[in-house]
Amino acid sequence: MVNVIWLLFIVIGIVFAAAKGDISLATNAVFEGAKTGVTVSFGLISILVFWLGMMKIAEDAGLLAVIGKMLSPFIRLLFPGVPANHPALGYILSNMSANILGLGNAATPMGIKAMQELQKLNPQKDTASPDMCTLLAINTASITLIPTTLIAIRLNFHSANPTEIVGTTLAATFLSTTAAILLDRWYRRVHGAPQTPKG
Amino acid sequence: MLSVITAISAWAIPVVLVFIPLYAAAKKVPVYESFVDGAKDGFDTAVRIIPHLVGMMVAISVFRASGAMEWLIGLFRPFLENWGVPGEVLPLAVLRPITGAGSLAFTADLIKQFGPDSMIGRMASTIQGSTDTTLYVLTVYFGAVGIRKTRYALKVGLLSDLVGFISAVAVCLLAFS
Repeated sequence: MVNVIWLLFIVIGIVFAAAKGDISLATNAVFEGAKTGVTVSFGLISILVFWLGMMKIAEDAGLLAVIGKMLSPFIRLLFPGVPANHPALGYILSNMSANILGLGNAATPMGIKAMQELQKLNPQKDTASPDMCTLLAINTASITLIPTTLIAIRLNFHSANPTEIVGTTLAATFLSTTAAILLDRWYRRVHGAPQTPKG
Repeated sequence: MLSVITAISAWAIPVVLVFIPLYAAAKKVPVYESFVDGAKDGFDTAVRIIPHLVGMMVAISVFRASGAMEWLIGLFRPFLENWGVPGEVLPLAVLRPITGAGSLAFTADLIKQFGPDSMIGRMASTIQGSTDTTLYVLTVYFGAVGIRKTRYALKVGLLSDLVGFISAVAVCLLAFS
C-alpha cells in the first residue's frame, strides 16, 4: 500500500510537471524534499534525546507499573476473555501505559508480548480472538498525553507556542479512543464468535 | 472549553517534567544516570527516521510542486469548506492510517508551508498526534503471532482513525478560531 502511494506521488507528479511544460519543477522539488527530510530528522534529535531520557526515569521509578495498577479495573472490563492474574493483563497494561506516555518505541514490544499471551488463550490460532481485536482497537486510537515528535517539529519550524497542540491532541484522542472502544463492543456483539471453545 | 484546552496545553509538559524526576528521586532512582541511559536511544531513533522522511518528502515535494496536489485538493475543497475545513489537511486523513513516516512527512511539509501557528499547521499537528498507523500496527501485532484472519479489527481501527481525524479538525476549529 505504501509502495503504491509512494510510486503514485512520484509518477503523477512527474506527469503533471511534464504536462505543465516545466519538468525542472520536479527536479528542483526532489532536492528540496530530500533536504527538508534531513532537516526535520535532525531537528527531532534534541527533543527525542531529552524525552526518551525523561521516560527512562519514569520507567526506572516504576511509574509505568503505577499507571498500570490504576488502569487495572478498566482493563478487566475491556478484556473479558482473559482470566484474572493471566500474564496477558500485565503486558496489556504496560502497552497501554507506554502509549499514554507517548513512548511509541516501548509500546510496540509490549503490545507484541500481549498478543503472544492472548494467542495462548485463542482457540483458533489463525483467527483473531475478540480480545485481540480489542487490543488492536485500543492501540490504533490510543490516548496520547504528550505528542513528542509533533512538538519537536513545531519547535523546528519556529512555532511561537509549540505545545499549544497538547490539549487539542488530548481531546481528539479521548474521543477517538472512546469511539474505538464503543465500535469494538458493537462489533464484538455483531460478529462475536465464542471466545472459548464450546463444551 | 477553550480556556481548559489552553491551560492543559501550557501546563501538561511542565507538570510531567517536575513530577517524574521528583517521584523517581523519592524512589531512590539515580535520576541523572537513568536519564542518560534512556536518552541514548533518542539519537538512534531520529537517525532511523531519516530514510523514511527523505523518501516521503521527495515524493510529496514532487507531487506538490508539479501542481498535482493542488488539483487533488481542488476536487474536495468545495465540499470541505462548507464545514470550515481547509482542504490542505485532507490528504492526511488518507495517509495517516497507511504510513506513519509518510504522514509525518506530510505534516512537516504543511507546517513548513503554512507555518506551525496557522490553522492548517495546528490542525495537521493535532491530526498526526491523535491518530495512528492502523495498518502498520495491525501488520506488526497480528504478524507477530501468525494471525491471518483479522475479522473486524481493521474496520474498527480505520473507523476510529476517521473519528480521530474528524475530532481533531473539530477541536482545532473550536479552540483556535
